[in-house]
Amino acid sequence: MSAEPQQLLAPDGTLHGDLPLPLGEISRLYRAMVVARVFDGKCSAMQRQGRLATYAPYEGQEAAQIGAASALEASDWLVASYRDAAAMALRGYPWSNLILGRTGDERGGHAPEGVRVLPPSITVGGHMIHAVGIAWAERLKGTDAVALTMFGDGATSEGDFHEAMNFAAVFATPTVFFCQNNGWAISLPTSRQTAAETIADKAVGYGMTGLVVDGNDVLAVHEAVRRAVSTARAGEGPTLIEALTYRIGPHTTTDDPGRYRDPAEVESWRERDPLRRVRRFLETQGAWDEDAQAAAEHDAGLEAEAAVAAAEMVAALDGDEIFSAMYAVPTIHLEEQRARLRRDGR
Amino acid sequence: MAELSYRDAVAAGIAQEMRRDPRLVMLGEDIAGAGGVFKTTVGLLDEFGADRVRDTPISEQAILGAAMGAAMTGIPVIAEIMFSDFLAVCFDLLANEMAKASYMTAGQVTVPVVVRTANGGGSRFGAQHSQSVENWTMMIPGLKVVAPSTPADVIGLMAAAIRDPDPVVFFEHKSLFAVKGEVPDAEHVDRLGTAVVRRPGTDCTIAALALMVPRALEAAERLAADGIDAEVIDVRSLVPLDTSTILGSVAKTGRLFTVEENPRLCGWGAEVASIVADEAFWDLDGPVVRITTPHVPLPAAEALEDLAIPSVDRIAATVAGSLG
Repeated sequence: MSAEPQQLLAPDGTLHGDLPLPLGEISRLYRAMVVARVFDGKCSAMQRQGRLATYAPYEGQEAAQIGAASALEASDWLVASYRDAAAMALRGYPWSNLILGRTGDERGGHAPEGVRVLPPSITVGGHMIHAVGIAWAERLKGTDAVALTMFGDGATSEGDFHEAMNFAAVFATPTVFFCQNNGWAISLPTSRQTAAETIADKAVGYGMTGLVVDGNDVLAVHEAVRRAVSTARAGEGPTLIEALTYRIGPHTTTDDPGRYRDPAEVESWRERDPLRRVRRFLETQGAWDEDAQAAAEHDAGLEAEAAVAAAEMVAALDGDEIFSAMYAVPTIHLEEQRARLRRDGR
Repeated sequence: MAELSYRDAVAAGIAQEMRRDPRLVMLGEDIAGAGGVFKTTVGLLDEFGADRVRDTPISEQAILGAAMGAAMTGIPVIAEIMFSDFLAVCFDLLANEMAKASYMTAGQVTVPVVVRTANGGGSRFGAQHSQSVENWTMMIPGLKVVAPSTPADVIGLMAAAIRDPDPVVFFEHKSLFAVKGEVPDAEHVDRLGTAVVRRPGTDCTIAALALMVPRALEAAERLAADGIDAEVIDVRSLVPLDTSTILGSVAKTGRLFTVEENPRLCGWGAEVASIVADEAFWDLDGPVVRITTPHVPLPAAEALEDLAIPSVDRIAATVAGSLG
């Protein structure tokens, strides 16, 4: 059943088909991709400096994340994984919180009031079901909000994926399942993850629409997700979108992909860089130039510095705080353990 | 006061709260048209409709995960896991997701979910449908754990669990469903984290949970005939645990027996014994004695299942032997 991945922008920046967004909006998405790439590099560098705990880089996946996140309305929910900071930030989850979370401070898990983005899921898979429950709840409340969940190719082998997909389809919840197939789940290539021709094919078994999109094409991703969101919002059920992309970096900063994959493969994907093709397109339209690029990179650098400074200015958590947020109100026994730690622990 | 079975009290407690809070919804397998495989949700579909009482596919992970997702948006959810043994199927959602959400968002996200589940033996359902797994859940930081023994407590603790902002695992005992008891006519809301002295006594303390409570009470009556005056505590809530009631009783009696249906290793009574050793060692006149199911899968055969789970005879004999 599999067709060619949907594509609007070829790797050389040529547009095939109708322009899905005004040029100004495409410039905005491109700027967000520049910011996202700067942050990604910054976080990897900070981890090496010992300023962040383990970090999962997303270099190469900016178009998939920003294309998808930009197709949501403010009332929609984003339920994403640990590798989806670019999408989360576009939805209003502060970069400073994402950084704070990676320093080990759970206050990084706070979303600002009105930002419908859950903290990044650290486990693989459970959050896909949360998105189904959120979408179901929005229907119960009588709203038309949609929940989009982002996950990787590896997560589709979890039981959670099966139960989430089946549940969503049976109840026609307004959920969009957005899989970034980035080729690798730590050291396992997608070919060893599934015997299905595509991950999108799996939708058939659930009575759901599945489609494959070029995940390095921000316009094609935006358009595919926009349609799926619109279908979900209309009460016509969930969609599975497989965005074909590539994890340029390691699984996390603790991983060395040189042990298990061919550098030539990485290079071939660098040539399909998701930022470059948008820039080329915008340049051909006269909507972008060297000056705009320099300004965007400069602004991104300032934004990154400001977010890092904001995160690092947050006062360190007191040891007592371990006990504070376990329950809405700490139990007597937690208070006793807190007192004991305070008395004996330092 | 009306008389209600423990089984009917489950539906009564849920109905009381669904009438009060129009947001409250239920998810589970065979809970709607069938009224639950244990008939604990009979009448709820008719009164509250299919949007609020929803049958699901056989998907325990999705039941707990969807319940948590909805709860994070502010909709309280009662999620039924048909047999408590099946908590093992969806343990990630319980142990790693629900229990951690508040902690990992520094208190921003609460998960008002009650996970109701039929627990315990005595029904000859065998090793995979009869377990008492309250200790599985008790050990996870972030969950609350309740196991009522009377119809009135089913209603009152159900209401308390539903109104609690944190995830609560609510164990309904299969062998208590048919037991009848008086329940208040008016709205009934109890408090989590409170034990109840079911029988005052002076010679020893017997702490029991769920099905073990009526057995401990019957054993206490037999012991009374032999001149032993046992105090029986219905622990009711494992998290939070009402240690002050237990410690107060031990201070008075000087002896403690726990009666536990869960397998012996790391059963809830081990934690109680540890707390008593820590905080009331000098009140004790003798060792804490745990009366438990041995550390075995529960047999399906009638005679063997009855042998494994603490019986009235075993409780009475153990207490008498230890005090004698």
